[in-house]
Amino acid sequence: MKNNENGSDAILYKKENQFKEIWRRFRKSKGAVIGLILFIVIAGGLLAADLIVPYEKAVSQNFGARLAPPSMEYPFGTDGYGRDAFARLLHGGRTSLSIALLATFSSAIIGSSLGAIAGFFGGKVDNLIMRSLDIFMSVPDILFTMAVVYALGPSFTNLLIALTLAYFTNYVRLVRSQVLNLAEQDYVEAARAGGAKNARIIISHIIPNAIGVIIVNTTLNVAKIILYESTLSFLGLGMPPPHPEWGLMLAEAREFMRTAPWLMFFPSAAIVFTAASINLIGDGMRDALDPHLKS
Amino acid sequence: MNTATHSKPLLETKGLKKYFKIRKNVNLHAVDGIDLELYPGETLGVVGESGCGKSTLGRTIIKLLEPTGGSILFNGKDITNYSVNQMRPLRREMQIIFQDPYSSIDPRKSVIEIISEYSFIHKMYSSKAQTFSKAVEMMELVGLAKRYANSYPHELDGGRRQRIGIARALSLNPKFIVCDEPVSALDVSVQAQNLNLLMDLQDNFSLAYIFITHDLSVVKHISDIIMVMYLGKCVETAPSDELFINPLHPYTQALLAAIPKPDITMRNKEFQLIEGEVTSPINMKPGCRFASRCPHVMDICSQEDPEFLEAAPGHRVACFLVNDK
Ligand SMILES: Nc1ncnc2c1ncn2[C@@H]1O[C@H](COP(=O)(O)OP(=O)(O)OP(=O)(O)O)[C@@H](O)[C@H]1O
Ligand code: SF4
Ligand SMILES: [Mg+2]
Repeated sequence: MKNNENGSDAILYKKENQFKEIWRRFRKSKGAVIGLILFIVIAGGLLAADLIVPYEKAVSQNFGARLAPPSMEYPFGTDGYGRDAFARLLHGGRTSLSIALLATFSSAIIGSSLGAIAGFFGGKVDNLIMRSLDIFMSVPDILFTMAVVYALGPSFTNLLIALTLAYFTNYVRLVRSQVLNLAEQDYVEAARAGGAKNARIIISHIIPNAIGVIIVNTTLNVAKIILYESTLSFLGLGMPPPHPEWGLMLAEAREFMRTAPWLMFFPSAAIVFTAASINLIGDGMRDALDPHLKS
Repeated sequence: MNTATHSKPLLETKGLKKYFKIRKNVNLHAVDGIDLELYPGETLGVVGESGCGKSTLGRTIIKLLEPTGGSILFNGKDITNYSVNQMRPLRREMQIIFQDPYSSIDPRKSVIEIISEYSFIHKMYSSKAQTFSKAVEMMELVGLAKRYANSYPHELDGGRRQRIGIARALSLNPKFIVCDEPVSALDVSVQAQNLNLLMDLQDNFSLAYIFITHDLSVVKHISDIIMVMYLGKCVETAPSDELFINPLHPYTQALLAAIPKPDITMRNKEFQLIEGEVTSPINMKPGCRFASRCPHVMDICSQEDPEFLEAAPGHRVACFLVNDK
């Protein structure tokens, strides 16, 4: 559009690119930026694990140096088999974080879609989805996951499937109640009065208004899933040893809680920092997506 | 504003009903057999207390709600059973301004996005730029400064938000608009401005309005004909002037008496609306729905439904007091 003499059109069509706008608002929040930097450092470290310390060191056992405290040679000490805890933390983090992120992502997508369908269309569809969900939820999460992993055998993919199945139900309920609430808003009726089709209503009105809550919930779930993995490892249903993983490291460290507390400390700290960074990013995203906080 | 020149009504409903299912076999009769006619360029005022079914009537007429019974004729076509797809082209001709200027606009859309949405849906203009510049024209038309185009609703006050709703409704060039209490959520000073705006727009675009309100004084000047609703039924219709001079139904009389007057002593004490219980529209018993609150209630009133009959030309009432004379 050309500017006309008074330049007023220029203001009107300037409407910033959505992503640029969101990024601009995101950057305004200190917490979000700290979270993002922290996450980049952690993720970068995990991705570059092979350059920092070879995978070999994470699995090779050195019985001469069992339960060694942190030193120059072993910055985070060694575990009960004399394996380098630092190497295990870096290489194990790759597995833990990718499982956690993937499981969070897939459960969020599956659960949100089902919840949105149930809430928006209601009636029989809603009934079918919610009754099936009740069956799912009548079995405790942990039993359910154990059964799945036990049946399929412990491996990366199967763990992913089990975690997704254990977590997607949260999203169905959350998103369904959000959508039920939003679908009753007058602005949805206004869109109908203008002739909007369901697809437009969902994409243009319901999702943008529901996304904030979903994002925050999703980021909270990353931490929960990492911890859940450790429960599974503790029960011997996590990633098969000797491959390192944060949950497994925690599980193994319990045995030496008094004699070698650093074994517990470093994986815990890694989980806490990772979870915190993701939560900070989630909070920042929610605020950045909300025009109420624009300024 | 002259009925004589238009032989055919733009909108007509016959025995229109909308029931909400509360439980199995329990229905709430929100709209229970409404007959009305609206001619092009005219305004029908719909008045009644909160909960009497005004909004439901407005939404059912433009088929945002599926009617339970009766029929709706628009431009001579029976649209009662039109599907959502069949209704879509008609959305350009019939629009609605919502009661609540806060919940009726999406908080995450900018003003220009809200106003241009309908035009995008109906592909009114060939390009995005043209659609936006039309939306800006709409803003000017309703007296919203251009500089608000990129603002978000929460940055504007109630009066301006209501104007966004008005501009949105106008953007499709409709012939008929349901105005659902378009000013009752606003401050008194802003009410007058927005009412004047609606009247100007009506003159300029020869719009027909159904103007819903709970406040008789608001509709007095804007309406050609006024319809008084009580619990889903129409109790009295008359040309605006006639209704104010010669109200026949006890409920209308009570509503008129409740309009604040400069001198308190002039109020008719006999017709205070506070007395009596509002019958619930859930389990309807035969008889006049106003009986529990009516100062003139007679035996027959709780036995039969009063018929809706013409008491004077163009003036119809449903009350035994009038109809049994
Ligand atoms: N979706 C619904 N489901 C069930 N009952 C409803 C529904 N919508 C409205 N009602 C009921 O129908 C009746 C009429 O409601 P409506 O909103 O039409 O009244 P109104 O005259 O517009 O009132 P107000 O002045 O408060 O806007 C009320 O008793 C209300 O509780
Ligand atoms: S019919 Fe009877 S109860 Fe109803 S308004 Fe008339 S007098 Fe009152
Ligand atoms: Mg209403």
